[in-house]
Amino acid sequence: MKIVVCIKQVPDTEAEVKWDLQKGTLKREGMDSITNPFDEFALEEALLTKEKYDGEIVAITMGPDKAMDVLRNALALGVDQVYHINDPAIAGSDTLGTSYVLAKAIEKVGNVDLVFCGKQATDGNTGIVSPELATRLGFSQLTFVAKVDEIDAAGKKIKVQRGIEGGIETVEAKLPAVVSVSKGINEPRLPNLMGIRKAAKVQIPAWDCDAIGAAKDKVGTEGSHGKVVELTTPPPRSAGEMLKGEMEEVANVLVGKLLDLKVIK
Amino acid sequence: MADEHKDVWVYIEHKDGVTTPMSYELLGAGKMLADTLGSKVCAFVIGEKTEEIAKNAGNYGAATVYAIDGASFKTFRPDAFAKAGASLVSKFKPDIVLYRATTQGQDLSAAMAAQLEVGLGSDAIDLQIDAGSKTMKLTRAAFGGNFLATYMNTRSKPQMATVRPKVFPMPQHDTAKNAEIVKESFSMAEDDARTKVLQFSQSEVAVNLIEADIIVSGGRGVGGSEGFSVVKALADTLGGAMGASRAAVDSGWVPYEHQVGQTGKTVKPKIYIACGISGAIQHLAGMRTSDCIVAINKDAEAPIFKIASFGIVGDYKQIVPKLVEQFKQKLNK
Ligand SMILES: Cc1cc2nc3c(=O)[nH]c(=O)nc-3n(C[C@H](O)[C@H](O)[C@H](O)COP(=O)(O)OP(=O)(O)OC[C@H]3O[C@@H](n4cnc5c(N)ncnc54)[C@H](O)[C@@H]3O)c2cc1C
Repeated sequence: MKIVVCIKQVPDTEAEVKWDLQKGTLKREGMDSITNPFDEFALEEALLTKEKYDGEIVAITMGPDKAMDVLRNALALGVDQVYHINDPAIAGSDTLGTSYVLAKAIEKVGNVDLVFCGKQATDGNTGIVSPELATRLGFSQLTFVAKVDEIDAAGKKIKVQRGIEGGIETVEAKLPAVVSVSKGINEPRLPNLMGIRKAAKVQIPAWDCDAIGAAKDKVGTEGSHGKVVELTTPPPRSAGEMLKGEMEEVANVLVGKLLDLKVIK
Repeated sequence: MADEHKDVWVYIEHKDGVTTPMSYELLGAGKMLADTLGSKVCAFVIGEKTEEIAKNAGNYGAATVYAIDGASFKTFRPDAFAKAGASLVSKFKPDIVLYRATTQGQDLSAAMAAQLEVGLGSDAIDLQIDAGSKTMKLTRAAFGGNFLATYMNTRSKPQMATVRPKVFPMPQHDTAKNAEIVKESFSMAEDDARTKVLQFSQSEVAVNLIEADIIVSGGRGVGGSEGFSVVKALADTLGGAMGASRAAVDSGWVPYEHQVGQTGKTVKPKIYIACGISGAIQHLAGMRTSDCIVAINKDAEAPIFKIASFGIVGDYKQIVPKLVEQFKQKLNK
């Protein structure tokens, strides 16, 4: 079984955020970066799948030079192959452009049975790249996956549980499939020292648009359909009222104030 | 260039043919946009039997309802629904298409966007029409709620967006208002569908945080699973849902479905009560737009107080049971 895992490097949430308003994109230079937390679950799920069903794992990332770090981490954890999609032309791609580039790269990898993604990236927070990717590839679209029940590689089938509003849905799908995973599906492992040392020595192959056959007018800022036209800070939420006094009294005051809102029935 | 795209469309989601009033909520936002543009708000629905839903959509204000019925559409499946939806959009060419930012709305809109090769704005908290270009302006929270970004798609039609539940007012249900119903057919062989829903099991604790009007959340300060029974007692008394911080989820006290925040759910209840939650930026990202925030924390310096509408410094173990008792009394429960 051939498994691809898509990993994104995102700015650390603690970091100060800088925007390029001209281009309407995030300025990624000079910010601390981490692996998108949801992609750690995707990577772990790929490793677990390989351990259980055998196969080969290819990790890909799309991003500037330093995005390579997330691939080194993946190598240290034991993936078999990595590709870094790096081309100045893809900077500022929207979800449509990103899913296009990833689809082209996955087609280039070839004969893929299963793609794992995180359910969303913590920077853009859209959660739409993986379903767009599935559609572009013509693979089954399995989102919000909380558990993989069973994979039948020979029969080309997969059974998963999806966490949707109000409960859990069990779905059977044809392979190949794009599976985007939620937190809680597993406990991501940490790399060991030997893995890190080995990964440090690997020459990471880079692919540009030409290498994957991606048309430049469909990617990057130029190819984006949406553009940020305005950026504001939300009106600060001012601190309200501190309720002080004896606990019985404080509780009484709060209950009164909340009932006044006419929301509680 | 004459643009043949017109009207604002709203996708009506359902679960196995069953809708709730919330399924129709975007007809309100859609009407507002359509009025500004001088066009109509329409609905589209895909299902096994859609008559009842189509009729309801009319009652909620849709001028026209486009419907596709078929046995393959009994349960929501992204590939089947997206193919059917894309066929409607390609034929009738709406200007704008709105979906709720739910698992179904997100799945369908993304699959349709990729199929139609059009942009998709997600999780809008405000929608306007740009006066000059007549393009939709979509505002969403960016980067953990620290910024509000406004997007425009001037490049492709229809302009599509998912909209965060509950940010726009519900439209009125009026049985005097009826829609013109346009039935279209789209057939799909069962063999062509890539996915099949085998089963749905309702979670015992109905954790529909996204639709809850009242949420009572607990954090590390709650101290354990027993503490969460106190939090839950308050949530139950108020008819609300129970939420949690990541620290509480990671400690294994409550399942992930309850997590609020950057890597959990983004919620906007009318009342959010945080018990033993410090107010880290990643938690605030998921709840800061709640209408009324109550913070209960024993540390007077906790950052959560900076955004709380009402704050109480103290031990939740003393305060929360008192709240339960007094609410029960006053609500005659
Ligand atoms: C990439 C990333 C993503 C994250 N995503 C999320 C997310 O989605 N959601 C989220 O919540 N966090 C998230 N976090 C974690 C976040 O940074 C905080 O660590 C977390 O929110 C802290 O949870 P807490 O407030 O419950 O715990 P703490 O920060 O430990 O606060 C506990 C609070 O309880 C109070 N307390 C203790 N005892 C009592 C008592 N008896 N009565 C009243 N008060 C008491 C204390 O004074 C303290 O303020 C994320 C972090 C990262 C790095």
